[in-house]
Amino acid sequence: MTSRTPERPSAQSTVATPARPAVRPAEAVIIAPGIAVRGHLITRGPIRREGPAKLTGDARYADDLVFPGAWYGATIRSNLARARFLALELDPGFDWSTVVVVTAADIPGEPLMGAVKGLTPDQPVLVPVGGDIQHHSEPLALIAAPDRRTLRAARRAATVRTEPLPPVFDPLDSDKVFVSHDVVAGDLAAGFAAADMVLEGEYRMGHQEQLYIENQAMIAVPTDDGGVTVHGSLQCPYYVHPALMRALAIDARQARVVQAETGGGFGGKEEYPSLLAIHASLLALKCHRPVRMIYERHEDIAATTKRHPAVVRHRTGVLRDGTLVAQEIEVILDGGAYCTLSPVVLGRSTTHAGGPYRCPNVRITSRAVRTNTPPNGAFRGFGAPQVIFPVETHLNRIAEALGISPLEIRRRNVYRLGDVTPTGQVLSSSVAGLEVLERAAEAVDFDAARAVTHRARLTGQGWDAVATSPLRSPVRASASGIGIALAWHGCGFTGSGELRYNSIVTIELDATGQVRVLAANTEMGQGTRTILPMIAAQALGIPSDEVEYAPQDTALVPNSGPTVASRTAAIVGGLLVNAARKLRAEVEARNDGRSFARVYREDAARHGASRASDQFKPFPGQPFDEHAFTGDPYPAWGWAACAARVDVDLDTGEVAVREVVAVDDAGVVIHPILAEGQVEGGTLQAVGYATIEEMKVQDGRYLNDRLSTYLIPTAVDAPRITAIMVEAPFDGVPHGAKGLGEMPMDVGAPAVIAAIHDATGIWIDRLPATPERVLAGLTASAGANESGRPGSGGHDRPGGRP
Amino acid sequence: MPVEPPVETPRDLAEAFRLMALSPRTPIAGGTDLMVRITGEIGSPPDQVLDLSRLEELRGIALEDGRLTLGALTTYAEIRRSGLVARSLPVLAEAAATVGAVQIQNRGTLGGNIANASPAGDTLPLLLALEAVIEVGGARGERSIPADQFWIAYRTTALAPDELVLRVRIPLVEARQVRFRKVGTRRAQAISKVVLALAWEQADRKDRWSHVRLALGSVADRPIRARSTELYLEGSRATLETADGAAETVAAEIRPIDDVRSTADYRRQVTARILHRIIRDAGGW
Ligand SMILES: Cc1cc2nc3c(=O)[nH]c(=O)nc-3n(C[C@H](O)[C@H](O)[C@H](O)COP(=O)(O)OP(=O)(O)OC[C@H]3O[C@@H](n4cnc5c(N)ncnc54)[C@H](O)[C@@H]3O)c2cc1C
Repeated sequence: MTSRTPERPSAQSTVATPARPAVRPAEAVIIAPGIAVRGHLITRGPIRREGPAKLTGDARYADDLVFPGAWYGATIRSNLARARFLALELDPGFDWSTVVVVTAADIPGEPLMGAVKGLTPDQPVLVPVGGDIQHHSEPLALIAAPDRRTLRAARRAATVRTEPLPPVFDPLDSDKVFVSHDVVAGDLAAGFAAADMVLEGEYRMGHQEQLYIENQAMIAVPTDDGGVTVHGSLQCPYYVHPALMRALAIDARQARVVQAETGGGFGGKEEYPSLLAIHASLLALKCHRPVRMIYERHEDIAATTKRHPAVVRHRTGVLRDGTLVAQEIEVILDGGAYCTLSPVVLGRSTTHAGGPYRCPNVRITSRAVRTNTPPNGAFRGFGAPQVIFPVETHLNRIAEALGISPLEIRRRNVYRLGDVTPTGQVLSSSVAGLEVLERAAEAVDFDAARAVTHRARLTGQGWDAVATSPLRSPVRASASGIGIALAWHGCGFTGSGELRYNSIVTIELDATGQVRVLAANTEMGQGTRTILPMIAAQALGIPSDEVEYAPQDTALVPNSGPTVASRTAAIVGGLLVNAARKLRAEVEARNDGRSFARVYREDAARHGASRASDQFKPFPGQPFDEHAFTGDPYPAWGWAACAARVDVDLDTGEVAVREVVAVDDAGVVIHPILAEGQVEGGTLQAVGYATIEEMKVQDGRYLNDRLSTYLIPTAVDAPRITAIMVEAPFDGVPHGAKGLGEMPMDVGAPAVIAAIHDATGIWIDRLPATPERVLAGLTASAGANESGRPGSGGHDRPGGRP
Repeated sequence: MPVEPPVETPRDLAEAFRLMALSPRTPIAGGTDLMVRITGEIGSPPDQVLDLSRLEELRGIALEDGRLTLGALTTYAEIRRSGLVARSLPVLAEAAATVGAVQIQNRGTLGGNIANASPAGDTLPLLLALEAVIEVGGARGERSIPADQFWIAYRTTALAPDELVLRVRIPLVEARQVRFRKVGTRRAQAISKVVLALAWEQADRKDRWSHVRLALGSVADRPIRARSTELYLEGSRATLETADGAAETVAAEIRPIDDVRSTADYRRQVTARILHRIIRDAGGW
């Protein structure tokens, strides 16, 4: 594979136009800039389909949808992290006939829900009276009223009585394990025995909030057949659909799920909308009217899922030249109060824990445990960022101890073609770790940049000059540094996820001559609605604007699986190419082999509608054993590298990330601008994770549950981001795509933390590297420097808990 | 769920004073603080609102008797754009530029910042260090309140319930040096963890400092003057010993708290370090 570095330095950010890979799988469909369509050259991809409507305000999000006579719904929640729910007291002074109240006793179907098929249904739809509250802001009862004023009055007239129970907040203290794994490869003891050096470290990360712009929103409309149609902001219509059937005891036709325009998800609208849809439906079925449940920001942050906090321990043996010989890794994820998606998230943490490095002797133990905080769930990266930051930071510490550059130690250990992973997967194609690393290093001239920092250190302008006593400003006001990080990201679901869904994609040529893609994959800002028609059009040989994308409505489209795990472009896109090829072959066959593009309208007029579908078939390779955790967890891996430059304010510990070069191998690039958008957005989210995004938790409650207190980077905090795309196509799908959306999120934080180290000499082992932690590290290193050793930041600072 | 209180819009100050005298109303200027309260989720929402937008008497920036006068309705954007401010007191434009972001600067007013009395209000330490005078008034007449007597307790001002903030007067002093520094979590839309303003008089760079005024935000229940540190700095020169002593004095003098934005330790340490840095820069060593 090859790649090209962009040559447009003046732009705020740039994307490299990928050169075609030298080697492509047979019959590859090439969907990328440079293809000629109707005499025009598409160079940057078509404009996104819903873009104009979003820009002009015409796009209709859930809260914009009007349902005459709709009532407003609200949730009564717990205000303790763990308690017995004794009673819901309704003030007799309020006229309760003007509203409806729903409690657990009103649930016609299953009272407990699970995030997805196959996972333990342990989360109450509503905690029953007499039952146990397991987290703060847990739903206990629901109220709907004809207007907001009455709703507010009713909420005030309802009181919850509880009896506190002792909560567990520290995942290390939890005795409830949702799931655990133990992966062993080689002989760990022999590996450590052979090592020249062994290094241990512990790394911690807190919650991260998805902070989609549009809050969770759902409107339920009762239907004549006793069922319900929900319209909402959601990622996965076919998660919501079975959830409604189970909880409401209705059949597949009685439940209908329609996605409204969705203002961002990032994983936060993967499992939570199922619960909200059930809530809105319970109210709608009880009051026989549409019910709107639109969360405000405060409620949204307080109650919905976050990225799992994690504790990760590494013990690593290396040879003097930096070669890894033993890795012992322990991963603990804080799952929060209920199982939800924790087993799936832990699966990805486990397979990614060793990083993209060859090591013959490995043991990875992992577990997801229960604590009394709101359940944690899906978030871009899905368990990978929590293990990539530790393994990357640990490798940098090893490199430093051995006197090897961070770049060189990665070159020595990164997986190459034919290497075997800890689960026994042979990396037999599409391996681009070294390539992305070299592209990133070259783009920032990494060795030269490090040499500058290094020289400053030797001349007394470096780490010594930054260290000061706590109350004294250091000689220099700021210090700059550069860092690099590398990651891999498994394509699609972990293990047999795809087999469980058996996704189907359909393409139709209707009787009017319109070509239409039917799939359940949702647009939430990432480009699904634009790229799937492009992929279909390419396979059919027609312009992409001649292909429609059907609305994500379970009454119209088949279950092509959820819009998660960066699987849409890769897996769904692959099924779509196959379906489109079938349709094309069928139409061309009955038209004397004339091209689909020429004949399809005429064919529709003459023969009526045609449809073709394709259903998922297992990829070649070893099957994955979900208990032993052996085999091929993913059919292919994507590769990502990131180089970051930071300035650290030495008076205050503030970190400004100035520049990021992100190099990502997504297999193929389908739409360069949208791809660039994924890289920029993911990078900025990673910068936030690395530096300022910190959920402060007290007694199981999120203290900063508002936009004014949960801070993410603004436009002026954003670094200059350069996106470079490398293409190492995946031969398991006809178009070569592996997925892109999550990789930038995986790799940004360790690069920033490495850059902070380069600037200051301190190691941050706990995310985020808040100014409080960095300053603690700087002043600790002042003391430590007298004994010649830079200190470590962040160990003992609670980081702002009151 | 927002409430919609009744709103009155007086055409001139006399009418505004009359309405305020009838019964207390909550004034709205830019609304950037008030509209946050309108949801009723944070604090009690206002019952009755007095819209100040037509009160031309409360607008404008002028130079009068050696004092810079800013009407209560002056926005941050106006401060940043003002040639007069740029020439006579550029540090005020510097501070205005750190408030919120463009949208907030277009609507938010100096009078709103003063009356809102947040311990983190960014312009307030500067007004304290510059010994500004806040002119207020109502149906009973006008009066002048020195800045250091204006914020009297947590989110409480010396304003009577029927009074409005009318304008601010800042004395312009020939040999005065002023420094301003805000430390927030991010580079825009951030409420201060620490905000510091320092003023001193010095005819020549080599001279001793006199008339030292040090004011701080976000380290107490209201914006404060750090009087012990002022005393320590009075008559000194910008040496390393001075900086070390001032840093230690201020660290001992303030009692910040842990809250959702930062820790007491961090606030104390950073206050000391940025003061130390300002003295270091002033001394040129
Ligand atoms: C997103 C955001 C970011 C912000 N960032 C900052 C920041 O960085 N730094 C900062 O200091 N503040 C910040 N604020 C707070 C706010 O913008 C400022 O305090 C601003 O100066 C308030 O002015 P206003 O005209 O909008 O006040 P309003 O909201 O109209 O009023 C604020 C209060 O003052 C009273 N009031 C207003 N004018 C008068 C008057 N003339 N006489 C008597 N009472 C009056 C009102 O009744 C009300 O109680 C931010 C707010 C938001 C929403």
